Order: sequence, then structure tokens, then C-alpha cells
Amino acid sequence: MSLVKTALRTPWFWAIVGIGVLLAINTLKDPSYLQIGINPTTGLVAGNLLDIVRVSAPIIMIALGMTFVIATEGIDLSVGSMMAVGGAVAMQTLATIDDPTSVGAMLAAIGLAILLAVVLGAINGLLVAVVGLQPFITTLVMMLAARGIARVITGGQNTNATNEPFQQLANGQLLGLPTSFVIAIVVVVLVALLMRRTALGLTIESIGINPKASRLAGIRPRPILIAVYVLAAALASIGGLFSVSEVMTVSVSGTGNLMELDAILAVVIGGTSLAGGKFSILGSTIGALLIATLNKTVLFLGVAAAATPAFKAIVIIALVLLQSERVRSYVLPRARKNATPSGPARATAEVDGAGERSVA
Amino acid sequence: MSDSRTPPTALAEEVSSATRTRSPLWERSQTFLPTAAALVLLITMLVYAELAYGRVFHAGTISSLLVSFAPTIILAVGMTVVILSGGIDLSVGAVVAVSSVTGVIAMGSGLDGWLAIVLMIAVGAAFGVVSGVMVQYFGVQPFIATLAMMFLARGLASILSTTPVVAPEDSPILLLATDWKLVDGPKVNDFTITPGLLIAVLVVIGAVFFLHRTRTGRSVYAIGGSEPSAQLMGLPVARTRVTLYVISGALAGLAGVIYTAEVGGKAQNITGIGWELDAIAAVVIGGSLLTGGVGYVLGSVVGVFVLAALRLIITKDGSINPEYLTIITGAVLLMFVLLQKVLTSRKRS
Repeated sequence: MSLVKTALRTPWFWAIVGIGVLLAINTLKDPSYLQIGINPTTGLVAGNLLDIVRVSAPIIMIALGMTFVIATEGIDLSVGSMMAVGGAVAMQTLATIDDPTSVGAMLAAIGLAILLAVVLGAINGLLVAVVGLQPFITTLVMMLAARGIARVITGGQNTNATNEPFQQLANGQLLGLPTSFVIAIVVVVLVALLMRRTALGLTIESIGINPKASRLAGIRPRPILIAVYVLAAALASIGGLFSVSEVMTVSVSGTGNLMELDAILAVVIGGTSLAGGKFSILGSTIGALLIATLNKTVLFLGVAAAATPAFKAIVIIALVLLQSERVRSYVLPRARKNATPSGPARATAEVDGAGERSVA
Repeated sequence: MSDSRTPPTALAEEVSSATRTRSPLWERSQTFLPTAAALVLLITMLVYAELAYGRVFHAGTISSLLVSFAPTIILAVGMTVVILSGGIDLSVGAVVAVSSVTGVIAMGSGLDGWLAIVLMIAVGAAFGVVSGVMVQYFGVQPFIATLAMMFLARGLASILSTTPVVAPEDSPILLLATDWKLVDGPKVNDFTITPGLLIAVLVVIGAVFFLHRTRTGRSVYAIGGSEPSAQLMGLPVARTRVTLYVISGALAGLAGVIYTAEVGGKAQNITGIGWELDAIAAVVIGGSLLTGGVGYVLGSVVGVFVLAALRLIITKDGSINPEYLTIITGAVLLMFVLLQKVLTSRKRS
């Protein structure tokens, strides 16, 4: 019984329910939706579920980065443009490098893409942490600028390239799963270990709860804030690599367009509070999977892809309303007892977050 | 944005720093300074463009620029009002799309043309109501609430139609794009305005009156300056804040009307992508603080002109790649945000 209660209180429990419901709807429409088979021509495992996890890989990357930014009470609106930068650097490198089909070319492309993103992320971090600009406006400027940088890199063209190993990122498979998804999960595990096995995660949360108090406690917020924005940018760039490797073309206006909203949505679904101070890596990953499922479901049901945002909006409105104190005090009587007018959000957040610290 | 949990000590600090200020005139000039900087930049840009490319101080050029930026002016006015209260409205671009698609479809299905225009504004206002209620009564961050509305509006517009829809030829909305030749110059050098531009000017005048001469307008500044203080003063914070988002939404609907008229009654679900950024940039360049409480509508209009001049220079100068446009816009925006930061930190010390 208590297990059920804990599950109901875990935010991403509802994300899993959501994924289940969406898959059930698809199965109702086409009973063979969940079938997984071997594609006879390529010899690879094929099926709708694999498609979903493949498109989820870039979303997982940007959601992971966004998780930590939001935990510091910031926001990074530039991740979508950062994906375009990553994709543009990779495609342009592969299109101009001497030996474009080698593994070395792929590594150069990936390295340069991540390097540029790290530089841009560091600019975000410096403006937020040292200059003291609002994260929202800083990353909004970066969103404009990075999209422009992506255009400049490719000269305004949608550059395409051929590189077999790079193409395998999204189109190849490891252990029957798309390579990009496997890499994404490995990155998630590595980052989770870094955050939860060292004090880094805790210090990020403390900055999100109260920057002044955490500075008095001996935490220097500046390097940590900069690191958080650098990490978000680097992960977004990797997401961009996954995204372009699917078609081996970067669309300077299309790659990563509006993806920052997907990232925020995934993070909120996963139970990371927008007020900062707590994060759930597992939650964001599951949130990203829900969004990928939602994207595919809308397409599968024959609704225009352009209409997908409306469904996401309904999900996010429902979620933020559920997070709000007014609704909580109606639905959960316990929250009302804990709530004080001075800090209601925090009081309930701690109740919810208690079981989650160990989850990573 | 506005922090409703400001501790009492911070309030006391704010009050004491307010009494310590040198003089009201100095205080005032501080808030004018960013706007003045924007004005200087604008004049410099226009003079540079005139010297480098010519035909800038040219009635034809100026009037066509004004007409094409009329929707942006209206959006910037709405955005100013919201930002002054310490909020933000990211939904305006998408609301332009959904209201214009709705209106044009309604016109096509036989609804009276004028009623359809009212419907377009009402659609915008309805999105504003939802944002306002979410922000005020459910404590959702303005940025998230309006982001959700942006998604919803864009999605609904796409559900209505993913292909361009065109209003019937006799729709009254097209009258809003009639050319009124005010000055008949030689050749194409006429000063031409449209009813749409006139409406934009009226909106600006109305907003100045609203913000400085009405109770609700002054409450906007009070809420942006310090919400707890506004609350303690007994100002109707809740009502005012919802009203603001309704105004912003309705103005986005109006911008949709004027834009639709301007492009010959065509409406599309992808209209207005990124317009919210233009509006925010104009407001910030015009000297309003994103934290609320400080700024002027006329400053935002100057901000729109700066963006317009920027685009004029880039189109006149063929050698600047259009790819650089967003980088330059971003750089100008960053410059002004930094200027604000310098000014506000000096005021505090």
C-alpha cells in the first residue's frame, strides 16, 4: 500500500502512465503497433518502439542539460539553437574535411561541434554568473545569436555530408537498440554518477534553493553556474549531432527549432521544480521519452505534425496547474497542512522530493 | 520575475534606498538614459544609412517601413505593459497566427467581415485571459504560462489549417490596408499611410494615456516595482495583472488583423514565428527593465524603430549576409541589457 502511495507521489510515475496511455491508444488504432521485428533488407531490429527511442535521444540530451540549469533556478532557451550549431559544425566539417568517410573525420566533427558549444555555453554562464544578467534574457540572446552562428557556419545552406560511421549514430544499432539512444543512456548514467556520487548535484541544488545561503556555506556559485550552462550547451550539441545524423543534413532553421520547449516540458514532467532547488535525472529522461512518444503518436494518428504543440501545451498546462499551490491544497489535504503563506511551493516540494534524492 | 516572497528586510532596504536618492530629477534621468541611448543609436543608424546608401530620409522609404512595422509596434506596446508589471508574454507571435487564421476562416464561411475582425481580437484576448489567470491565480511563472499558450495557439492554428487561407475579395479587413497618400511627392516619393498604421499610432497614444493617466496603468508600475508594496497599498493586484495579459493578448489579435490586411487577407499557421522576440527586443532596447517597474511605451516604439533601421541597413547594404541578421539583433539586445545592468547596479550602490 505504501509502495503505491510512494509511486503516486513520484512525478514521473504519471509520465510512465502517460506513455502507457499513448501506446495503448496507438495499439487500439493498429493492433500491431507494438510489434518488433527484423527488417529483412537491413537486418536490423525494427518497430515503432525503436523509432520512439531513437527520436527520444536528442530530447534526452537537451532535457538532461536543462535539468541542472533549472535546478539552479535558471533557464536555458538556447539549447535548440545549440543543436543547430552542433549539427552545422559537424556537417560542415564532414563536407570540407579531406577524408570524409573515415572514423577520424567523424571524431573531428564531433569534437569541433562539442568544442564550439562549450565556448558558447561558457559565454552564457559568464553572463549569468559573473555579469549577473537574468538567465532568461541571456539565453534568449544566445538563442538568436547561436541560430545565426549556425547559418554563418554553413553559409546559409542546409549542408549535407556522407560519413558512414557518423550516420550510424542514429541509424545503426547496438544490442538491438538505436546507437544514439544507447549513447544517450550512457551519458545520462555518467552524468547521474557525477552529480550524485560527488557533491556537485547537492551544490547545484543548494544554489537553486538559496544562492546567498549557499555562498555563506562555502559554495562558490560562479564556477558551478558556468559549469551548468557549459554542460547544457555541450549536451545540446550532442543532441544536435544525433538529430542531423538521422538524415545527414543540417537544416539551419529547422534543426532544434522549438526544441528548448520540449526540453523544458520534459524537465517539468520529470518533477524538477521550476522554482529551482531539486532535480530528478531519471524523471527528465522519462519526460523526454513521453515527449518522443507524444510526437510519434500525433503523427501516427494522422494529425498534422505542426499541431503537436497544442497537445504539448495541454500536457504542460495540466502539469503546472497540478504543481500549483491552489490546486494542491484542494487535492492533497496534507499539502495544505504544511503550506505556509510565505513559502508554500518549497514546503510541498520537500515532501515530494524526500523519496527522490536516492533515485538519481 | 516578480518575487512575491520578498522578505520584510529587503522591503525596508528598498524603502530606505528610495529616501536616500539624490533628487527626483536625477532618479528620472536614470530611467530615461537607456531610452535616450536607444534614440541616439537610432539617429546614428539612420544618418549612417542615409550617408552610405541614400534615400533613407525619403518619404517613400520611411512610410513603407512604418507600415510594415505597424504590427510589431502594436505587439511591442502590449509587451511593454506586461514587462512593466514584471511579467513576460511569449505567446504573442503564435496568437497572431491563430487569430488571423481563425478570422480569415470565419470570413470565408460567411461571417460578417467586421464581426470577424472583432472575433480575431477576441481570440487574442481569450488567450490573454488564460495566461493571466494561470499567472495570477495559480502562481505559474509568466514565462511558463505564456510559453504554454504559445504552444497552444500555434497548435490550434495548425489544426485549423496548415495551408494558407485567403479572405474573400470583398472582406472589409482589406480596407485596413488602403493606401492614404498624405503627401504626394515626385515619382514614388509619397508619404503614404494605411488605416493599419493609424490604428498602431492610436494604440501607442492609448497605451501612454493608460499607463500614466489611469489607476490601472499606474498600478502596473507599482506591481512591477514591488508587488508586496502594491498589495499593501491596497492596489487591485489580481485584477490588474489579469487585465494586463488580456490587453497583451487583445493587442496581439489586433496585430494579427493588421498584418492580415497588409498581406492581402492571407493567413497562415506559421505567421509570426519569432515575433515575440522582436517585441521583447524592442521593449528592452527601448529602456524597460525586464524586472519590471521601469520603462516607457514610447521607448519601446523607439526600440521597434531601431530594429526597423537595422533591417533597413542590412537590406540596403547588399554585402552584409542576411545570416548575420539574428547575430546582430542579438548583439544589439545584449548591448542594451548590459547597459541596463550597469545603470541599475550604479543606482543600487
